[in-house]
Amino acid sequence: MTLALDKPRTPRRPAARRNNWELASWVFMRVSGVALLVLVLGHLLIMNILDGGVHRINWGFVAGRWSSPFWQFWDLAMLWLAEIHGGNGLRTIINDYARKDATRFWLKVLLYVSMVLILALGTFVIFTFDPNFDA
Amino acid sequence: MLEAREPMSAEAAEVSRPSRRGTLYRGDPGMWSWVAHRITGVLTFFFLFAHVLDTALVRVSPQAYNEIIETYKTPLVNLMEVGLVGAVLYHALNGVRVMLVDFWAKGPRYQKQMLWGILVVWLLVMVPGAYFMLVRTVTEMFGGS
Ligand code: HEM
Repeated sequence: MTLALDKPRTPRRPAARRNNWELASWVFMRVSGVALLVLVLGHLLIMNILDGGVHRINWGFVAGRWSSPFWQFWDLAMLWLAEIHGGNGLRTIINDYARKDATRFWLKVLLYVSMVLILALGTFVIFTFDPNFDA
Repeated sequence: MLEAREPMSAEAAEVSRPSRRGTLYRGDPGMWSWVAHRITGVLTFFFLFAHVLDTALVRVSPQAYNEIIETYKTPLVNLMEVGLVGAVLYHALNGVRVMLVDFWAKGPRYQKQMLWGILVVWLLVMVPGAYFMLVRTVTEMFGGS
């Protein structure tokens, strides 16, 4: 079975857009991917695998970690990079599969709203968490 | 993900025709590795949404947070955590492979070997990883003494 694939008819293609937004997005996926390699795999290793994993996690455990600026910064960087990396990936996927302009538009509105919500809430929690909470 | 083919001249197309067997992407393991990369990426993104919401309960009260985190320790959710770790690990390893295909001169030539390579690494990490994640649940369920 041979599959005939058409070659592009025109030898001259329009010049690339001046604005290289999609290139920046492509580069960002790779740069953030390298950072997430350490941040996310380290997070999963510590939280789920080492030293009893999820069974030792409770409010006090979180309070202990977030009393250190190192882990606060780790979690903040992981939150922003993962949310934007994943959100940007989802934008690509919406572009690939949405068939109608209206569908594509509304799916992206939903995506961007959810990203802003998660970034705002997560950042707020990391910065305002009080390890000496009295119940 | 894999490089796009440049439009070929008619001559070049003639020359390359006999060796076209095996160059089509569709149905190749390379295609499935991309499908899996996409699915694991979306899955992880949706989990991140839920995970930021449940962690936000630390700001509500210790009791509220402890209650939600207890559900993470139940057998079914514990098993789903193994699935999540497996999905993220595949996505991370395959992401490295994608970057090597993009930036390493020999990457495209070795893409298939690298796919088998990351699957072996995945297995080598997941076997002990799943063990440590599940021992406690399994002993509590079946080893009860
Ligand atoms: C752990 C380290 C990670 C690495 C090394 C990594 C690497 C990559 C790379 C290189 C791409 C681009 C693929 C391409 O352009 O063809 C990508 C896409 C993507 N990533 Fe990640 N990633 C990581 C973590 C994450 C996380 C934590 C999430 C979710 C929050 C995520 C969600 C996605 C999504 C949704 C896509 C788009 C998939 C597609 O377009 O088919 N990734 N990843």
